[in-house]
Amino acid sequence: MSDTHAPTVTFVRDTMLPPVLPPAGERGAIKWMRENLFSSPLNIVLTVLGVLIIWWLISASLPWWLNSVWNAESLSQCREIVAASAGEGATGACWAMIRERWHQFLFGFYPPDQWWRPILALGLLFAALIPVLFSEQKRNLTIVLVAVAVYLLVTLYLAAAPGLPFVLALVLVAGMLALAQVQPGKLIWFTLIYPALCFWLLWGGSIWAPIVAMAGFAVLYLVFRLAAPLIGLAPAAGAGLVAAVLWWLYLEAPVAGGLQSAIPVALQSINSDQFGGFLLAFVIGVTGIIFSLPIGILLALGRQSDMLIVKSLSVGFIEFIRGVPLITLLFTASLLLQYFLPPGTNFDIILRVIILVTFFAAAYLAEVIRGGLAALPRGQYEAADALGLDYWRAQRLIILPQALKISIPAIVSTFIGLFKDTTLVAFVGLMDPLKGVTQIVRADIDWKGIYWEPYIFVGFIFFLICFGMSRYSMYLERKLKTDHR
Amino acid sequence: MADAAKMQVSDEVAIQITGMNKWYGQFHVLRDINMTVQRGERIVICGPSGSGKSTLIRCINRLEEHQQGQIIVDGTELTNDLKNIDKVRSEVGMVFQHFNLFPHLTILENLTLAPIWVRKVPKREAEETAMYFLSKVKIPEQAHKYPGQLSGGQQQRVAIARSLCMKPRIMLFDEPTSALDPEMIKEVLDTMIQLAQEGMTMICVTHEMGFAQAVANRVIFMDQGQIVEQNEPKEFFNNPKSDRTKLFLSQILGH
Amino acid sequence: MALATDVPKDGFRLSMLIYDTRYRSYTIQVVVLVLFAMAVAWLLNNTAQNLAARGKEFNFGFLWQRAGYDIGQQLIPYSNDSNHFRALLVGLLNTLAVAFWGCILATVVGVVVGVLRLSNNWLISRLMTVYVEAFRNVPVLLWILLSYVILSETTPQPRDFKVTDEMVAAGTEPAASMILFDTVAVTNRGTNIPAPLFDRGLGTLDLGFMTLNLTFWAVVVVILGSIFVNRRLLASARAKQEATGDRPVTWWKSILILFAPVIALLVALGFHLEIPALKGFNFQGGILVAHSFTALLIALALYTAAFIAEIVRAGIQAISRGQSEAAFALGLRPNRTMSLIILPQALRVIIPPLISQYLNLTKNTSLGIAVSYLDLRGTLGGITLNQTGRELECMLLMMLIYLTLSLIISVVMNMYNKSVQLKAR
Repeated sequence: MSDTHAPTVTFVRDTMLPPVLPPAGERGAIKWMRENLFSSPLNIVLTVLGVLIIWWLISASLPWWLNSVWNAESLSQCREIVAASAGEGATGACWAMIRERWHQFLFGFYPPDQWWRPILALGLLFAALIPVLFSEQKRNLTIVLVAVAVYLLVTLYLAAAPGLPFVLALVLVAGMLALAQVQPGKLIWFTLIYPALCFWLLWGGSIWAPIVAMAGFAVLYLVFRLAAPLIGLAPAAGAGLVAAVLWWLYLEAPVAGGLQSAIPVALQSINSDQFGGFLLAFVIGVTGIIFSLPIGILLALGRQSDMLIVKSLSVGFIEFIRGVPLITLLFTASLLLQYFLPPGTNFDIILRVIILVTFFAAAYLAEVIRGGLAALPRGQYEAADALGLDYWRAQRLIILPQALKISIPAIVSTFIGLFKDTTLVAFVGLMDPLKGVTQIVRADIDWKGIYWEPYIFVGFIFFLICFGMSRYSMYLERKLKTDHR
Repeated sequence: MADAAKMQVSDEVAIQITGMNKWYGQFHVLRDINMTVQRGERIVICGPSGSGKSTLIRCINRLEEHQQGQIIVDGTELTNDLKNIDKVRSEVGMVFQHFNLFPHLTILENLTLAPIWVRKVPKREAEETAMYFLSKVKIPEQAHKYPGQLSGGQQQRVAIARSLCMKPRIMLFDEPTSALDPEMIKEVLDTMIQLAQEGMTMICVTHEMGFAQAVANRVIFMDQGQIVEQNEPKEFFNNPKSDRTKLFLSQILGH
Repeated sequence: MALATDVPKDGFRLSMLIYDTRYRSYTIQVVVLVLFAMAVAWLLNNTAQNLAARGKEFNFGFLWQRAGYDIGQQLIPYSNDSNHFRALLVGLLNTLAVAFWGCILATVVGVVVGVLRLSNNWLISRLMTVYVEAFRNVPVLLWILLSYVILSETTPQPRDFKVTDEMVAAGTEPAASMILFDTVAVTNRGTNIPAPLFDRGLGTLDLGFMTLNLTFWAVVVVILGSIFVNRRLLASARAKQEATGDRPVTWWKSILILFAPVIALLVALGFHLEIPALKGFNFQGGILVAHSFTALLIALALYTAAFIAEIVRAGIQAISRGQSEAAFALGLRPNRTMSLIILPQALRVIIPPLISQYLNLTKNTSLGIAVSYLDLRGTLGGITLNQTGRELECMLLMMLIYLTLSLIISVVMNMYNKSVQLKAR
């Protein structure tokens, strides 16, 4: 400062000033506390309040956590142990219930000797997802496949899987690993057959039923390829669809039956009412997520369309689904679907619930994706047009990649919502982990009156999964941010 | 800089517009447009904002639909037939005011997308073409960046290269420099001049009068949806006939 | 115009249906419409066949039959002799009651938490983050079940409140005591809250199809009137400001106008609270609020508040720092900057997602089924459905009612959006 008081206006600095540290009060923990906790009277009050709340929470729950009991047969035994160790009137968590009933929370009434099947299906799910997530990035494919192999090795051993499927599963993953090194693009075929494989693993029965059902798609493709040169693309697609429907309606059952009697390969058949816990939540949630995305995209495109009829049908569907609570749709699945389908049709309640849950999620996704579509500048559509791309190519190559990217956070929170909402299937008699299984546990005379422990256990698992998903979407959003400097 | 007259113009007709009219609802945006563009010709369209000049060139590749009259591009008439529209669009390149690059794709992907999907060119070949045109617009080193990482002038040059990759026979420029900072205008104009010297048929909507004088065969002045005056650049600037043109020229050259 | 030649009219070919831009969209729409009509016809046909096979018919006559069941919480008079339609109304009002109070509670908590999350107090913002993440990432059903279990299993029995002579003599306290200045008692049977009573009530007016509680409506009318007069006051203040540049001081007038008339009315009507008191083994007097209502309300409000907090936070953060700096640079004081610059912009961002949260909360009230709360789903879609066996009619009617509620909320939202949209080219 003193420099500027020099007698003349001209000023030239001849020595540069070195940087110095700020005064003591401006650094270190003291500064941090002053800035972050005690910067104003209001902040001081808030800090004190915060400390009080934390103190109250800890003092109320800490003894309960510290006195946890892991080994007991019943709630009353738990209480005796707590009373004996911590004195009369002390509280303590009774995790012994989880120790005894964890399998119901995870698998419901799925037979214990078959647990390896859902475990295997979960591992292969990741193997089936990666070709979609990472397309041809060899490094990521390899990492995930190795992780899947390790997961399967450990869990299948723990679940005492029989030797043959154990070996087959590892051979499958090893084969995929090899393929990933040579031709990673081909891995997508596993993704395509995974739904049938997963269905067969979970519900069991003859292996030929899912294979013959998948063969319907092959019929569709074959008819399409044969007919396309003769009658044009669109009619050929129609013909293929008709052929496939005919296949499913009339040929599927006899062909599958015939093959089964010729070469019997079957897993023990599991009924839907034996599904429960997180297994059920995963089956409904994952299927709903996977099938709702394409439907949601189509609905969003329909809603953005210039064609009045397509637009109004899309709007009608979306607004109807979004306007009613999920629970009424679930009741529709359990009570009304039987009215809408041809007399005598009766199919699985889980499947019915999945269909309605998929519609539900698709309507919400459609709105989310529509937001992404609307956020794109018109110039993008015009540039695609000017380059001569047709509608579907413009959508697939230019519009949707950007629209979906913009909407990733909202899409993931829709998925999180869907996964949380799978608990509502309890109200149509399915055994979800939260209400269904907990009710069964609490109905047991040994565990009557227990409430904190099951809810904390289930809530914690839900939290891990949902919180993980939302953090992953934030990471993805940052990673994909290419349009900013 | 080459003189405009020296560049050759063939007799072949590239674009023929006859009696074309267009309305936005009740509003008559284009009124009785008649215009013939020879192959190799370079035309600059200017006029006050709202005069319909952008709409006119957007009609040429059917980004806008005309309601009356005829537009024939390279012997293909623009009708409601989708096949014709696709054909014209793959023959005609367009550069936009706001570049309209695809922000989710790298520069190279921006350039190869249409050749691969519309022209069905093998990927490697498309990439070679792309790199050729990128070096032509003097930014081959940016090939693996994303549009958001480039300056406005670079983005516009990429947009030009993107159109060129489709090997178009006609290029449309819709105010290619008006969204750019002054120091970037020159690099884009240089690219356009180079293109003109190579004999590309070009229609440019622009207010860069220097560019018009340097390369245009013809300057077309539009006002209120009509072609008011067209002439050779020298005549147009030195000796405008219509009062509207004089007024317009005095406004844009006056300062 | 003389030169204009039209597109040459060549003959119509079948391929033009697909390749001509004029017909293409019609072709697609006709195909879609035909497919849709076929699907609807197929569904209707199946439904008719199924109904015939079960010997049922489709009509809503059952709504006028005697319901025959009791509903714990009734906001309008109802007994088990009333018909199913009356039960439906009671259920609908119960749905709306949870939705109404839930939205208010959720907004208050959500706004406070959202603002606190942005606070520069490290401890508080972390605490709020924990709250938001914990509630958002766990199914709402868990919070409903947990609140209900806690309310009904940890609260004392009414007899624990009893103060016996021995206790007085020994100087010991009873096992449980009432809260909020001895006006509210939370027992395992429900929450007893004070009831508003009027010594000189205005009675009721019987309109034939429904009865009006005149006292209630008088209070409502007076409050609405005060709000209206207050708006006029503010409008005249603004007019004066625009005319002269001076803004008259209005806050004390506002307070007077808003509160004085209603207080005067309440005093005139002889308003007092009836405080619940222990009589024998139960609390008498006041209003008994069932735990199913309280649990549903608390859980839904806290759950939705976590989402609202995020919306509020995002809304405030969306206003760039530049906006407030520009306002300060113009010489606006912080409170004026808030009310004239920040809030109008933040609200534009906040209100639409906020309303869709209200919509979610309203739909989530149907989870009352978890705690046997008799809302619309519990009456019409629950007991009525089971008693009459009219699945189709009950479900359709219930969906229609929920849909109407949602549509009303969306219409309001769209009207608001239109009114605040940024004017831009």
